[in-house]
Amino acid sequence: MTSPVSSGRRPYMRPMQGWWRRNTFYLEYMIHEATALFVAAYALVLLVGLVRLSQGQAAWDGWLQALRSPLSIVFHVITLVAISYHTWTWFNIMPRTLPPILLKGKRLSEAAITHSGLAAAVIVSLILLGLVWSLWA
Amino acid sequence: MKINMKRSNAPVFWLLFGAGGMLSALVGPMLVFITGIAVPLGLLLPKDTLSYQHVLAFAHSWIGGLFLFAVVMLFFWHSGHRIFHSLHDLGIHTGVVAKFFCYGLPLIATLATVYALVSIKYS
Repeated sequence: MTSPVSSGRRPYMRPMQGWWRRNTFYLEYMIHEATALFVAAYALVLLVGLVRLSQGQAAWDGWLQALRSPLSIVFHVITLVAISYHTWTWFNIMPRTLPPILLKGKRLSEAAITHSGLAAAVIVSLILLGLVWSLWA
Repeated sequence: MKINMKRSNAPVFWLLFGAGGMLSALVGPMLVFITGIAVPLGLLLPKDTLSYQHVLAFAHSWIGGLFLFAVVMLFFWHSGHRIFHSLHDLGIHTGVVAKFFCYGLPLIATLATVYALVSIKYS
């Protein structure tokens, strides 16, 4: 196949610059994709914590102290919102990312998949909080 | 025509993306709340929840170590893959540079996580 450039034609190419700001569907798509930045930032906070933990008590206490700074609290509140939004969108998209699930010969509905995913997230979160509470209270 | 018989590595990255997306969707918000808000502000949980002795014992146990390993590395791989594809969506095609940042950094982070956990386990 010859490239369109060599033929001398200059077909109209719709510009793609800023496409994601053109409608709310695209905008929402980019916002839920951007939650990945917060997942990465939080993973980095945890990784630094693990490295500090391996360096002894003084290093670990320094990390805990840093988490108490107002800047850190603000960062974690924003991160909580972003990752909660990730949870919401993750299970809303799931009906389209899973292969069809058949239950008694009928296809599992989109709502059933999303609702069970969100319910699982709530249950797992409560179990996690309960475990942390009971282990160290 | 020469057929490229090389196996695609895409499924591996997609699997890491999916596993990390699922894990962060299930435990991410509560983990951020516990480590970043509740414990630093002394809300809801006891003040010594994340004390050195407690967290060291947790990271030292097999189940705790595996949980921390899964969370840190999968969160990184999930983000890297998603950011790589979003850069493409934004029209940023930097090829090797983008790949280095989006897949190289998660790899380095995975190695650092293993290093930290192993040195905790055998210290």
